[in-house]
Amino acid sequence: MKKHYPLYFICAGLISLALTLLCGLIGGLQYVTPDFVKNSLPFYAVRPLHTLFAVGWIVLTATGGIYYYLDVKGQHQKRTAAHFWIFLLTGIGIVFSYLSKNFEGKEYLEFPSFFYFPVVLGWILFGVSYFKIQVSSFGRWPVYYWMWATGIVLMIYHFTEAHLWLLPYFKEHFVQNVAIQWKAGGSFVGSWNMLVYGTSMYVMAKIAQDERYALSRKAFFFYFLGLANLMFGWAHHIYIVPVSPWIRYSAYIISMTEWILLVSIIYDWKKGLKQERKIAFSLAYKLMLLADFWVFMNIILALLISIPAINLFTHGTHVTVAHSMGTTIGINTMILLSSVTFILEQRNVLSLKDVSKILKSLKVFNVSFVLFFMSLMLMGVKKSHWIFFDNTPTFSQLQDKLHWLHIMFVVFGVGIVIGLYRIIFLLLRAVKNVINLEAP
Amino acid sequence: MFFLVYNFKIYTGKENYGNVVLSEKAVRGQNLWLKNNCNSCHQIYGLGGYLGPELTNIYSFKDENYLKAMLNSGVKSMPLFNFDEAEQDELLQFFKEIDQTGLSPNLEAVIKPSGWISIKPKKGGI
Repeated sequence: MKKHYPLYFICAGLISLALTLLCGLIGGLQYVTPDFVKNSLPFYAVRPLHTLFAVGWIVLTATGGIYYYLDVKGQHQKRTAAHFWIFLLTGIGIVFSYLSKNFEGKEYLEFPSFFYFPVVLGWILFGVSYFKIQVSSFGRWPVYYWMWATGIVLMIYHFTEAHLWLLPYFKEHFVQNVAIQWKAGGSFVGSWNMLVYGTSMYVMAKIAQDERYALSRKAFFFYFLGLANLMFGWAHHIYIVPVSPWIRYSAYIISMTEWILLVSIIYDWKKGLKQERKIAFSLAYKLMLLADFWVFMNIILALLISIPAINLFTHGTHVTVAHSMGTTIGINTMILLSSVTFILEQRNVLSLKDVSKILKSLKVFNVSFVLFFMSLMLMGVKKSHWIFFDNTPTFSQLQDKLHWLHIMFVVFGVGIVIGLYRIIFLLLRAVKNVINLEAP
Repeated sequence: MFFLVYNFKIYTGKENYGNVVLSEKAVRGQNLWLKNNCNSCHQIYGLGGYLGPELTNIYSFKDENYLKAMLNSGVKSMPLFNFDEAEQDELLQFFKEIDQTGLSPNLEAVIKPSGWISIKPKKGGI
């Protein structure tokens, strides 16, 4: 049983994905029909649940993948089990606190602050296992090992930083408090991206059976550029907050380099990949290509909204949501699904029929997601126009004007749910088969 | 090392954020803001949810009676809260003090040819 904990992480991640989609759908319906389950599950409880499960999907699946690829054995298996149960029980505790409308923290971390301790403990256990297993090969680490190590260490740091506001010193200094909230938030997203992008590098290297790129100077150059973005790029979230210009200047310069990293990495990998390897891991390969497509969709948007003159108009509008959905659903989800299917294709538990069903569902997902993305962009443009050029209607009147766009946004959301739910259930069944096959 | 110095500067450099210190009453209002997860629907400085209006400068645009009535109104998507008089005052004090810190959206920002923006402070603000 102990050796299956990496797969348990992946199962918990897939279930979180199903739940984040469900909460997203409920939240979307509340945009269209404000009274929908308003008293039992109001929007202010649905939104944190939606983001909690989204983060759960990314973190749990990336973590499960890393444990699986590390081939955890012996004493480390106990630590992995402890990590799993701590995260699972803490997650359940946070869900109950949201359902009982018990909030305390800042946006995205709205749970009571004592949950900080088990979360950090889980990350520390992960870090201890990771470094103990990897220390012997330290000098020869390919870039993905560095990315994972950096992600774990900086996740602990920035998650702690995100709770500094509890100190009276930060509570009283409002502008600083806002700045640090977004510094920590931006950087811990960067930290989990290190885990996810490291996973993409690992999967690509293993499909190609070629580690040369992961050991190349170019890959390390991009890794350091990504790290600089993680550490100093956060202030593009707060261009309009009255902080010193040097903080915003540095973010402007750094942000301009942002997305070029992953595009270049995936492009180089695709160029050198042999046909037989594309066939052997057809699903994992296609999912990685889809992630590549969403990187291209997002690169343009990310670069544009990091320019302060454009950010002025898009900040606080749904354009920002389109960008974050593009990153979490478009890029991270495709990379993580690629990682899960890579594991399952290695174990030969996906039948041709499963592969065909998953590919069809991916088409439904992708078409829906493109339209969903476009509807968010359109909502953002309309809101920006209202703010800067037509501020006579009230906010409520603006919402009424956007009603048909909210309906489209929910309809396309249903398409995303249909596409991804089918994939989730097929993958969960396949993971269960792996566990059953190896049962004593 | 550079990262540590940078962080130290961000955490301690008061000159980076202007001279804004919330009163005790406003801090209690801020706690109510967090306890009721107002951020899920409302924004401050464009950061937060999208279902309700941005509230950074709401204190300049609406009078206190209107704001108090809104807090417990439960209209449309607004939850039906039951803030007592003291809590309403604390939330209003929070709005009043953050209103003084700056503008959001910053309609008076000046766009430079380099793509940079020069944001303008709130007239009469801190």
